[in-house]
Amino acid sequence: MILAFDLLASGPSVSIGICLLGVLGILATRRMPNVREGVSLTTAVVNFGLVLWMYGRFQAGETLGSTLLEIVPGLEIGFRVDALGILFALVASGLWILNTLYSIGYMRAHEEPRQTRFYSCFAIAIAACMGAAFSSNLFSMFAFYELLTICTYPLVIHAQTDTARAGAKRYVTYLLGASLCFLLPAMFLIWQASGAVPSLQFAEGGLLASSTASGFTLGLAFLLAVAGLAKCGVMPLHSWLPAAMVAPTPVSALLHAVAVVKMGVFGVCRIVFHVFGVDLLGRLGVADVLLYAACFTIVVGSLVALVQDNLKRRLAYSTISQLSYILLGVALLAPAAGVGGVAHIGFHAVSKITLFFAAGAIYVAAHKTKVSELDGIGRRMPITMAAFTIGALSMIGLPPTAGIVSKWWLVRGAVEVEQWPVLAVLLISTLLNAGYFLPIVWRAFFRPSPEGTPSGLKEAPLPCVIALSGTALLTLLCFFYPDLFVDLAAEVAGYEGGRP
Amino acid sequence: MVAHLPVLTIMIPLFAGLFMPLLGRLNRAIVWPLAVGALGFATFGSIHMLVDVATTGEAIHYSFGGWALPTGIGYRVDLLNGMVLAMIAGAGLLTSIWMLRPAQKEIPDEGRTSYYAVFLLCCAGFLGITITADIFNLYVFLEIASITSYVLIAMGGRRQALYAGYSYLIVGSIGATFILLGIGHLYMRTGSLGMADILSQFQADTSLYTLSDVRTAFAFFTVGLAIKMALFPLHGWQPSAYTYAPSPSSLFIASTSTKVSAYAFYRICFGVFGLAFLTDGLPEIRQIVLVMSSAAIVLGPLIAIRQGDLKRLLAYSSVGQIGYIMLGVVLLNVDGLTGGIIHFWNHAAAKGSLFCVAGALVFRTGSSRVSDLAGMGRRAPWTSAVLTVAGCSMVGVPMTAGFLSKWYLAAGALEADYVFVVPVLIASSVFTAIYVWRVLQLVWFAPKDVEPAVTSEVPWSMRIPALALGAACLVFGLTPWSVDLARSAAVALGVGS
Repeated sequence: MILAFDLLASGPSVSIGICLLGVLGILATRRMPNVREGVSLTTAVVNFGLVLWMYGRFQAGETLGSTLLEIVPGLEIGFRVDALGILFALVASGLWILNTLYSIGYMRAHEEPRQTRFYSCFAIAIAACMGAAFSSNLFSMFAFYELLTICTYPLVIHAQTDTARAGAKRYVTYLLGASLCFLLPAMFLIWQASGAVPSLQFAEGGLLASSTASGFTLGLAFLLAVAGLAKCGVMPLHSWLPAAMVAPTPVSALLHAVAVVKMGVFGVCRIVFHVFGVDLLGRLGVADVLLYAACFTIVVGSLVALVQDNLKRRLAYSTISQLSYILLGVALLAPAAGVGGVAHIGFHAVSKITLFFAAGAIYVAAHKTKVSELDGIGRRMPITMAAFTIGALSMIGLPPTAGIVSKWWLVRGAVEVEQWPVLAVLLISTLLNAGYFLPIVWRAFFRPSPEGTPSGLKEAPLPCVIALSGTALLTLLCFFYPDLFVDLAAEVAGYEGGRP
Repeated sequence: MVAHLPVLTIMIPLFAGLFMPLLGRLNRAIVWPLAVGALGFATFGSIHMLVDVATTGEAIHYSFGGWALPTGIGYRVDLLNGMVLAMIAGAGLLTSIWMLRPAQKEIPDEGRTSYYAVFLLCCAGFLGITITADIFNLYVFLEIASITSYVLIAMGGRRQALYAGYSYLIVGSIGATFILLGIGHLYMRTGSLGMADILSQFQADTSLYTLSDVRTAFAFFTVGLAIKMALFPLHGWQPSAYTYAPSPSSLFIASTSTKVSAYAFYRICFGVFGLAFLTDGLPEIRQIVLVMSSAAIVLGPLIAIRQGDLKRLLAYSSVGQIGYIMLGVVLLNVDGLTGGIIHFWNHAAAKGSLFCVAGALVFRTGSSRVSDLAGMGRRAPWTSAVLTVAGCSMVGVPMTAGFLSKWYLAAGALEADYVFVVPVLIASSVFTAIYVWRVLQLVWFAPKDVEPAVTSEVPWSMRIPALALGAACLVFGLTPWSVDLARSAAVALGVGS
């Protein structure tokens, strides 16, 4: 066992440590809710600061990371900061701050029980995200991936009603089941295929790039790995996500629109770029399977979203469909499309969290959960619905929002490799997205309120409003200043061409 | 004294057990410290020997009265049985600490001194089986261990315990007789009882392997030991024995007994018949054991899912786990054997922790119904944490001990071209995950209106051994030295990589 303590090099370990310290703080102050939430918020801010610092160091060309613990040669918990990891870490840690703010408003307005467990599990979840983001090898990522499933289980079962139990059961069955049945054997095959000295280290250009294993083994390993990363929501392993919507809205917002699902697509990106490598996948041809699955999911996910009346469920299906944009971008194996896919990790995050925040705010302020009940809500909650509109525009891919940026790159990549069916899928999906988001906006602002609705403004508690305005603003900012995410994504995807 | 450690490690528990009824008559209070002390010494001795063997790289030989083998009786400690000795002595020590309070509750007053005595004799028996280099001596210790096990199981004062002990007695005696017949056949052919001596005769003349009495001897050993280790489908005696035995007996027997028989099988294969017997002499035996252990690995946890009694659930899970250890023998390569050998420790730690929890449940509620675990997390967080860690290790979650066993077994299986073993291991992990999750959900996420049956944490004398075993699940999973030891042991057995 090697325990390394080089503070400069072990930024990632420190980040995990901060989150876990936060958990201890939350547990210690459980009798004083105000202090407890203060601890949560402070942890989030400090952690984000640290991630920003690491981002700076990374941009300056330094290599951060260390091996925390070597279990047996080749199986180790180790960290290394790279472009893909820092992008995921920035998204997760940054939005955690706003989400904590939002949680304070939401959980208090609702007088939810078990808030200490809620905040501590949340902090563990972020620790798991940091761990996975900075993992320098597949084993380490796998360990944190599992940790994330386990520590979000209490959040999904939060209400502990029969529905919550059923949802949580499905959640854990799908996620743990898939990773045990598929990801673990995939990791094992990769280990075996990696050469004379087995290794699971991520490598630029692919760990398996020079593997001598048979095409069948490699192809099988790839498909198993993708199927095992069920958090990415690709059909047919998607139904845990709508089931997880029984959780309180802050959980759905940060975890089931950002952290958990992004962990899935992040894993796929790792598998594609740093385990197999684009070249090897091009030779094997198995990425096409992922491509078709992603196309199918994009269209079918949107179609299902069209008919959902429950707002959170509609958003969940939209997430399923949008996640496959990322998979599609990666599976095209074209640098430009890769940029679109990877950058969408960030762009989708800010937009979808806005939508969930808005849905939660509507629930808190007006106790409405169904789309059909939203007539005229825009006049009572103008800020919330304005934010919702920005998020919706981003989902559709209209300026001036973040969504258009990634979509533009995706289209460019599809044209580059002359994948016309993919282009058609992107077009259909844009129309479908408009089809299920715009009616909500229209209802909210242009339909008369139902009889007997009190007039006047009634927004959600202030922390909620601040949080959702913040994320809406970020969605707009990402349109005007997309470079942060796009640069990192270009580095991941190996894109060296020009910019628009 | 160090030179005599091999014999002292066995004899101190043995004689402590023999004199205990006498000493207990003088003063009842001396019984527990004596047991802990004797096993503490055994633990010290076995760890000392293991470290010694690991650092010098040479096996320790000990001849009684200076009579060299094969004339006299000898003990031999190498890496493989050094690890098993440490496991038995460690589990025995922790059990003896743990049993202070449960024994007061579950064992009738008048029988408690005898219970401790029998327990020590049982430990001595297991240690003896493991350390001996003489095949008849192995049988003698096997009988000591078996007879005391029957008593340990039957002593609970419950009617079902008597029945479970009795059926184990019948089946176990058949198994022991088979082993004796195996020894007889070998003696007939080789005229020797020393393991090394028999092995060298086989190595000198491999044509012996084709003789039908040698093969018959191996068949007797295989079936006899398969009964004793409860290898599927010969596991019939085991679930009831574990379920109805008093908690300290279940704890000790579940974490050691079947594995000692599995070790004996390792020793018979590699130390008596020789590697060549498995590869060339009678390769079919590998297929047979492979099928039995694969069936055990899948069906054990599958049956466990449906159990409503925690001890019975754990018993069926043990049926599956012994399959892992036996799989190691079949694969016959370094990776596979490493996986099999570390599983001696890993399973002892995990199953030991889980039986500590089951014992805590019995201690607090008087029964071992799974449903009584509901809400335990709130009232007994330490015990529940141990349950969680050990459960994860059973599933094979990374960074726990169980993961490494499965990882190496899978690597060995691919190397030996038994590809189907990998899905077998996965299926078993999934079934294990199902029952572990079912239990953990009850413990941590029970509905609010359920009043927990476990009202408070168990005493520290029970908590510390449980925590130690739970910690072992993590330590073995996070540090490389247990794997290194097992790998060296596997290499020492002479298999190709």
